[in-house]
Amino acid sequence: MKPTKTLLTVAALATAAGAVSAQEMTIVSWGGAYSKSQLKAYHEPYSEKTGVTILNDDSSAEAVAKLRAMNEAGNITWDVVDVVAADAIRLCDEGLALEIDPDTMLAPAPDGTPASEDFGDLLVSDCFIPQIVYSTTFGYRTDLVGDTPPTDVCAVFDLEAYPGKRSLEKRPINNMEWALICDGVAKDDVYDVLATEEGQNQALAKLGTIKDSVVWWSAGADTPQLLADGEVVMGSTYNGRLFSVIEEQNQPVAMLWDAQVFDLDGWIIPAGLSEERQQQALDYIMFATDTQRLADQAKYISYGPARASSAPLVGKHADLGIDMAPHMPTDPNNAKNTFLYNYEFWADYRDDIDAKFQAWLAQ
Amino acid sequence: MMTDASENAGPMLAADGTPLKQSLARSLRRQKLRALMLIAPLLLFVMFSFIVPIASMLFRSVENSIVAETLPLTVQALGDWDEKSGELPDEAVYDAFVRDMVVAIDNKTHTRLGSRLNYEETGMSSMFRRSGRQIKKLDPQTDGPFKDQIIEIHDGWGEPNTWAVIKTHSPAVTNGYFLNAVDMRRTPEGAQSQPEDKQILIKLFGRTLFMSLVITASCILLAYPVSYLLATLPMRVSNILMILVLLPFWTSLLVRTSAWKVMLQQQGVINETLVWLGLVADDARLVIINNQIGTIIAMTHILLPFMILPMYSVMQTIPHSYTRAAKSMGATNWTTFWRIYFPQSIPGIGAGSILVFILAIGYYITPEIVGGTKGVFISNRIAYHISSSLNWGLAAALGTILLAVVLLLYWCYDKIVGIDNVKLG
Repeated sequence: MKPTKTLLTVAALATAAGAVSAQEMTIVSWGGAYSKSQLKAYHEPYSEKTGVTILNDDSSAEAVAKLRAMNEAGNITWDVVDVVAADAIRLCDEGLALEIDPDTMLAPAPDGTPASEDFGDLLVSDCFIPQIVYSTTFGYRTDLVGDTPPTDVCAVFDLEAYPGKRSLEKRPINNMEWALICDGVAKDDVYDVLATEEGQNQALAKLGTIKDSVVWWSAGADTPQLLADGEVVMGSTYNGRLFSVIEEQNQPVAMLWDAQVFDLDGWIIPAGLSEERQQQALDYIMFATDTQRLADQAKYISYGPARASSAPLVGKHADLGIDMAPHMPTDPNNAKNTFLYNYEFWADYRDDIDAKFQAWLAQ
Repeated sequence: MMTDASENAGPMLAADGTPLKQSLARSLRRQKLRALMLIAPLLLFVMFSFIVPIASMLFRSVENSIVAETLPLTVQALGDWDEKSGELPDEAVYDAFVRDMVVAIDNKTHTRLGSRLNYEETGMSSMFRRSGRQIKKLDPQTDGPFKDQIIEIHDGWGEPNTWAVIKTHSPAVTNGYFLNAVDMRRTPEGAQSQPEDKQILIKLFGRTLFMSLVITASCILLAYPVSYLLATLPMRVSNILMILVLLPFWTSLLVRTSAWKVMLQQQGVINETLVWLGLVADDARLVIINNQIGTIIAMTHILLPFMILPMYSVMQTIPHSYTRAAKSMGATNWTTFWRIYFPQSIPGIGAGSILVFILAIGYYITPEIVGGTKGVFISNRIAYHISSSLNWGLAAALGTILLAVVLLLYWCYDKIVGIDNVKLG
């Protein structure tokens, strides 16, 4: 009698647990202020509306590797994953992300414009649902640059006018492009030049002129810290990080928007979820990427919403009460000279140029 | 005499009448079984959570079935083609290629193959992705011949080199990753070295070994006096010292590493103090972070307890009477230390050195944070290939080499010092 009873209890518990887990979903993102903005703008209203509990996992930096491992192990524990566009393309290439039909799976704009048009060119992969436009750009210490603050990205390479250290990301992407532009290559030719051996050497030679004055960063929080400590005069990082140094922490730092590189961040749904979980994930995505929700996120962080229809709805910062529009990388005043991350080029050349770049760094 | 007796009396019997030998074997077997049952949980745990995953990870360093699995017909057709002729393969290969690709596109494996081959030849990734969209529209039964159509879709398919790369990397087991791991590559003409501007891994292996040795040596220098004090001071004082040793040991690794950043940077505590004291000019602040010095300082500090603890436990067992005896017979302090005390403390140094060296050689997060460009280790490269470039084959090959180097050094250590001389207390 007793064993049967125990078995029954276990079965009942398992069923109960199953019923509970259907009301839970795991959403993966970057952590920090970014996850907080998503919590406020997406997760909390969604939980309120549907009663679904959302669990956060701050693993986006290793999302591709981990999803690959989960896929091989046949046990995918994530429901929705926040990744940069380049990673979304790779996940789609590897068959690890679900293909999305924007017009049936995403909400149309309030005026009825279908999602595919509302997102437009930002749908860079079949699996990718864009969320924000962010940029990698420079910030500088206003008290360390003298009377003529820099307005041109080439100030980074000008050690005479702006002596002192600068921080750059420890990878070739973006740095190679900036080096070529400041070495006289026209913006439209940058990737043609960078595809050649001579072009790569030219970019490395240009970076070589400041190599001794560079602190190389690998985490997005490094440059804001280095700027705040006065370790560097200027440095590249994500525009939202600089916003928080300038506006939230009131450090003597200003933005240099010139030649900022736009990149996209958004959602993917892992391939191979059970039917039920996939429906749940799609339901969340439908809610979290509609026009109002994307505009809401901009109240908490200075990244531009990916929908054209969200831009007019961007309001004031939730705590500081300042207008957010002028802090968006997409604001016309900031976007006079911009780049869009060239996904296809870097998908091909990333390994090759990275090996050269790392060998050059180690010299 | 005994054998004679037992032969005469037949097999010796146990109390219950079975032959003693059999009975003994049975009871031993039962004991062994019980022992096995007792360790079984741990054994199974170690097997499934440690040995199996590591073995399967290491196996990736030679595993390469993706090419032959994705393009089976093409690989077969390429068998007849001479990659050194400099000419394009004939229609049969293109025909096989279309048949393979149509299946691969259906299963979405063609882009995965593209990323795999892109490690060997830049541009393959977009070639497979872009061609996939066009080839999807072809019908292998009716739309041939394909050679010109395929070259029309992407001119890369009109390069003999493309096909040579596919053929070179088609075997299911490859040495390609190991060649890459030692700055070489697999080509149709055999193994060749990488172009000079891409050679970095050998250098990083060398640097990792050299810096681990330096870190071990500085740990020995710093830990020896501390352990000596711990072992010789009265218990009350030495307990307090022990807490000072263990306190940082219990603090998070990341916190300690970040603290070093605050200490060592140019606007940091050490430089500020030196400038304030007038020992260093304001415009000539010391560069002691984001280079090898930074890595050595931070890692020495972090690994120090692993040196102190084994040294301390060995020194505690050295009887004072030996040194007193030496002194009573007229030895100077130095002679007493060098001839009597030091030789007895060597097993502790040995144990500490092995611990610190092996931990240092695989260190990742500290060099990443304070190492800049010149202070990073091979493990940082392994991490890059695992999580960023997704070249797990190369990462596995690098890891296997690192493991082999450690085992080799361990073997040398055993030959030279003798592993029996290592004591943890």
